[in-house]
Amino acid sequence: MSDAASTAFVRTQEARSLPAPLTVRGAPAWLKENLFSTPMSGLLTLGSILLILWIVPDIVRYLFIDAVWSAPDGAACRAPGTGACWAYVARKFSFFMYGSYPRDEVWRVDLTLVLGAALVVWLLVPRIPRKALGSLLFFVVYPVVAFVLLRGVAGVLPVVETNLWGGVFVSLLVATVGIVVSLPLGIVLALGRRSKLPFVKFVCVVFIEFVRGVPLITVLFMANTMLPLFVPQQWTPDRLLRPLIGISLFAAAYMAETVRGGLQAMPKGQFEGAMALGLGYWQMMRLIILPQALTTVIPGIVNSFISLFKDTTLVAIVGIFDFLRAVDTARLDPVWAGPTISTTGYVFAAIFYWVFCFTMSRYSQMLERKLSAGRRR
Amino acid sequence: MSQIQSSGPPAVAWWNDPAKRGYAYQAVLLLILGFLVAEAVNNASTNMRSRGIPTDFSFWNKTSGFDVNLTLIEYSAAASTYGRAFWVGLLNTLLVASISIVVATVVGFVVGIARLSSNWIVARLATVYVETLRNIPLLLQLLFWYNAVLKPLPNPRDSIAVPAMSLAAPSVLSTVVCLAIAVAGWLVVRASKSAAGLTPLFSNAAGSLLIAVGAFGWLFGAPSFTDLSSDGVVRFAGNAGVYLNNRGLIFPEMQYGPGAWAILAALAVALVAAFVYRSRARTLQKQTGEQRPVMWVALGLIVGLPLLAFFIAGRPITLTYPELRGFNFNGGTRILPEFAALMFGLSLYTASFIAEVVRGGILAVAHGQTEAASALGLRRSQALNLIIIPQAMRVVIPPLTNQYLNLIKNSSLAVFIGYPDLVQVFAGTVLNQTGAAVQVIAITMAVYLVISLVTAVAMDMFNKRMSLAER
Repeated sequence: MSDAASTAFVRTQEARSLPAPLTVRGAPAWLKENLFSTPMSGLLTLGSILLILWIVPDIVRYLFIDAVWSAPDGAACRAPGTGACWAYVARKFSFFMYGSYPRDEVWRVDLTLVLGAALVVWLLVPRIPRKALGSLLFFVVYPVVAFVLLRGVAGVLPVVETNLWGGVFVSLLVATVGIVVSLPLGIVLALGRRSKLPFVKFVCVVFIEFVRGVPLITVLFMANTMLPLFVPQQWTPDRLLRPLIGISLFAAAYMAETVRGGLQAMPKGQFEGAMALGLGYWQMMRLIILPQALTTVIPGIVNSFISLFKDTTLVAIVGIFDFLRAVDTARLDPVWAGPTISTTGYVFAAIFYWVFCFTMSRYSQMLERKLSAGRRR
Repeated sequence: MSQIQSSGPPAVAWWNDPAKRGYAYQAVLLLILGFLVAEAVNNASTNMRSRGIPTDFSFWNKTSGFDVNLTLIEYSAAASTYGRAFWVGLLNTLLVASISIVVATVVGFVVGIARLSSNWIVARLATVYVETLRNIPLLLQLLFWYNAVLKPLPNPRDSIAVPAMSLAAPSVLSTVVCLAIAVAGWLVVRASKSAAGLTPLFSNAAGSLLIAVGAFGWLFGAPSFTDLSSDGVVRFAGNAGVYLNNRGLIFPEMQYGPGAWAILAALAVALVAAFVYRSRARTLQKQTGEQRPVMWVALGLIVGLPLLAFFIAGRPITLTYPELRGFNFNGGTRILPEFAALMFGLSLYTASFIAEVVRGGILAVAHGQTEAASALGLRRSQALNLIIIPQAMRVVIPPLTNQYLNLIKNSSLAVFIGYPDLVQVFAGTVLNQTGAAVQVIAITMAVYLVISLVTAVAMDMFNKRMSLAER
């Protein structure tokens, strides 16, 4: 205390800290750091801005400002200078969704979609419990329910033949069948590929590598033209069933490789521990290995599903009326035909596919972060 | 397993012996597969006989009778066989796949590196590119390019003439003015390079703006645009002879006179010289650390020598310009819209995946490598070329191979827009005409399998050469 008295001035309060200099904080610093750090970077910035100014206003004008939002037919959309013809999309919307499915029975499609969506949400949102029950419902019960609802049962629900099915609902159907079949089949193939039994391994390797080596189109061609030849004539599979078989086998080969990645990432100790407990092969796989391996590859499975969903567009080659085929057919309707119709249809389809795939890929990234949380330091 | 057995008799019943069970499982699998295959073969032969479908390969040597609009080898509907059509289709597949692979690689690397750029706006643009293109089905993109972009182009009479900027020299005055503006910009940047505070921000921004104004002014200020269809008359003077219409992109055809071989020879010499120079420069760098400008020298050789030969040999290459006759162009080379749509769609789509591969590869290089490079005083571009990319390539090559294989397989989507590739010509037209479904599809699949296998092996060899030489 006495020291303080002999000192001329003692600061009793801490000095107010000065704001950081402009060069390290705030907008100018950010600009310097991120846009104009070097002359080259500056040139790139200006070039990018020019590019954006060149493209974006035209797109906005085409999609929104000059677009035709409501019109009874294509006349308004044919006027020169008009942009996207959303009226056409609105008019064709139910065709895009359901194809030629009878309008009075469309509630069945809606119900199937809602049920499917509910089950998918159950399976995909980590917080909802009882995944095992959900998987059982989705992989076993739902396909039967969906088939009965969509096709109908003579006497109870009017039968709707598959040649009337079309649109978004067929795209989702193909993708769902693909995932429901390919996941179990892929797991079996992956286990087979890592099996110690030489013949089992050989069969699985040949199947997987063969399917992965050829384009999906040739698999679809094969399913469409060769499958009917391979079975007795009275069993000729349904027109829609053939590509479903083709795409499921195709997806299974890719799924097998995804699952194999998970199996290979399992530490050897898990296998040894299971065996030390006296578990047999299937018990070990079912109780110890697969639950862990599948959890680590969920992002990979979701990514496989994204490519499967994009690949469903190819079923059009064997005459299935999926969403893209519906869009590609509707643009030829003489009532609406015009210079902007093709682009409008494709943009609508692109938005649909993009929203779907982008959401899925974000989900898979979220999951990946969540799953790797234990490994992060 | 048998060794374990021989060391002592097992204490389990024979049906619980894993080895015996294994044999039993495999026997069951063999039986099931054998039954399925036998049944399929049996049914197929019955069905094919009852429907009158050919079961042999005799169609291969029969006259095809259909035309193909893009043939790299001699082919005519009247004289050529189905076998010939197969080769035409295969070559077309390889043509579009190889060009698309080159384009996709270049675009993919640029975008992938751009995604990691320190420039915020460039990184954002690259992200938008990747996230947009890879989440839209390739087929939709192909249909868009073909039906919404290329098909609505005007017919040949109203062709769009591609502006010939290179042919019209900008005036001296505009060159001087633009050069002065650009130099001023450069000086502004230089002057305040080491200044403190925010000065570099303003000078960099102002300087780059000036350089950009100079460059764009020089490019676009020159009187080089000629709108050829403004008054409905197509004029041929003063443009590059490049036209765009709904039948494709038409450009002058090169006619090789006597002595054109000299140019080819010069190109070969230049390539060899460039390789020799590169290996010598590498040896020099390993011994002394001194670097030689390999890229510039190689570029100079490869462009310069053939150009020199061209003039020395008395300009043996002449251009024949396309001319509008009636409803179409005569002369000139044509790129089909089907080819262009497939090429654009395939390369831009695959590029978005390659970009992600490249980004992953660069991120996989340990951060210490970058820091060590800058500690050694290497500039950012040097660090990228000498340290980062060589190491990133090791991570990049396996997934890159996968993308190339995907591209080749995806080229089969050609069938949707009518590009005459293997699937469209062979698995489409030939199958429909001959009905030989099993044979045609088997051949088509075999071709893709062989391509996949060959690419995989080639990439594997390259990969081995690139991989880390462990101690």
